[in-house]
Amino acid sequence: MALRKIERRKKRASFTILTLISIVWIIPVLWVISTSFKTEQEAVSGGINLIPNEFTLDSYRFIFNDTNNNILHYIRNSLIAAGSHTLLYLLIASMAAYGYGILKWKYRDKLFWFLISTMMIPAVMNLIPLYSIMITFEWLDKLQALVVPGLGGVFGVFLLRQFFLGIPKDLIESAKIDGASHLQIYLRIVLPLAKPALIVVGLFSFMGNWNDYLWPLIVLNSDTYRTLPIGLALMQGNYNIYYSRLMAATVVSIIPVLALFMVSQRFFIRGITMTGIKQ
Amino acid sequence: MKRSVIDRLKEKSSLLFIAPHLIIFSIFFIIPFFYGIVISLFNWHMFFPEMREFIGFDNYQKILFDTEHIYHEYFFNGLGNTFTFVLISVPLLVAFPLLFALLINIEPPGYKVFRGIFYLPSLLSISTLVLIWRWVLNTNVGILNLTLSEVGLDRIPWLAEQPFAWASLVTMTVWWTIGGNMVIFTASLKEIPQSLYEAAEVDGANIFQKFFNITIPGMKNQLLYITIMTTLASFNVFGQPQLATGGGPSESTKVLMMYIREIAFGGGRPNPGIATAMAVLLGIIMIAISLFQSRIIRRLG
Repeated sequence: MALRKIERRKKRASFTILTLISIVWIIPVLWVISTSFKTEQEAVSGGINLIPNEFTLDSYRFIFNDTNNNILHYIRNSLIAAGSHTLLYLLIASMAAYGYGILKWKYRDKLFWFLISTMMIPAVMNLIPLYSIMITFEWLDKLQALVVPGLGGVFGVFLLRQFFLGIPKDLIESAKIDGASHLQIYLRIVLPLAKPALIVVGLFSFMGNWNDYLWPLIVLNSDTYRTLPIGLALMQGNYNIYYSRLMAATVVSIIPVLALFMVSQRFFIRGITMTGIKQ
Repeated sequence: MKRSVIDRLKEKSSLLFIAPHLIIFSIFFIIPFFYGIVISLFNWHMFFPEMREFIGFDNYQKILFDTEHIYHEYFFNGLGNTFTFVLISVPLLVAFPLLFALLINIEPPGYKVFRGIFYLPSLLSISTLVLIWRWVLNTNVGILNLTLSEVGLDRIPWLAEQPFAWASLVTMTVWWTIGGNMVIFTASLKEIPQSLYEAAEVDGANIFQKFFNITIPGMKNQLLYITIMTTLASFNVFGQPQLATGGGPSESTKVLMMYIREIAFGGGRPNPGIATAMAVLLGIIMIAISLFQSRIIRRLG
């Protein structure tokens, strides 16, 4: 009886504290959304009101029609780069995971642990030589520079291999007895079973590529393949004191991520819990 | 039984499964690692190979010991600023998520919504993050200063003066990145057996005793993991100061990554050899610290 009362009181206290923190957490975003619907004049007039006095879509109209740096163009570029990177990575990493997890060969585990141990090397050490390699390949300012280098990432291979190891051996053995080739086992048995793990790896490699800032900043120098994070950072300079436009662009940049999160929240949460990765 | 030639061929060909990844991994991870060490031993030119000149450890010598040299000053200013950021941010980036996880673990009504709210910012890009916070922290018309003047306080130049600049950078980083750590903590809290707490309650333990004697030891591994990963992430800090303060005021938030990028790719006279040597030194420091941390925490346990 007493315990249950304590339990209820704990829940109420926790609810109150979390509500207060959440409000603090959301206010910056509300402030941004509110500014995006204000006129430029109102935005800098120093009003603390979250509801605009004069509601307008002018800023959105402006940024969508801006031919100098168009946010929809950047979003499209980011979708292409992150999307193609993710699809290729899922293919390459799942094949490798099959090789290190299901197939049996002589130096398999040694090579695999070597791959894992290279994850200790901080990315900063590779930045400049990688750029030099891009020059050699003539990949500067090309889509390949955004898509390909990350395909060698080890973490997704590690994760998928862990998952593959959990697939019942009998399933694979009996397929072998029925005369299935490794290609068939990989395509028809392992991949369909690994769907949740593939979704998790896909989400994280997509988000990683989508949000990458430093690498595209140094390998891109024209608008052709410029991605959203770089485009937004440019707008910060170009729109300067046009805060309403700037905030409209900020809101638009949040929407794709928010949409993705809405449909896949449980995979994000499960993925982190499973693996301990963070963005 | 002797295996047929066909069987052995089959086994060889199955190695094709790892080939695509292994080749790309070698080209873009292994080769750059060694190539970087080579570049750091050269007076390197990116676009004019004929002007490259082997100079041994000169770059390292300049950076580490030549107190007259501007690169020496850059390196130690940048490294000092990076350390400052790490020292302020890491404790908060571990403590806040732990606190939030403890609250969420009580599972009040709507706890999944709260978890979503705290997690969502970690999916935003650095540019979106900085646009949001520069507007919130705007000296004249940002909501924070407007609120301050509403209650009769002075406006604060959040990004233009110390110690506010550090406070702002760390605050936006906390807002941005606590989600991942929080979710890991929440999951590991679930794995601590409830019976331990019940036994402690019977013995009359208070909430702090329970926290330090059951909760903390119960999630030792995750704490170690999170502390190391967060420390390494904080060493990589670049975007927040680059976009929010530009390294100011007077280069006091200009972190080492900003110098490395500027020296390697910036305008004027790039010096990729020096920048790579700096990157190698930073890399070595990061590896050393993560080894050190894992040893300490293992010894404590």
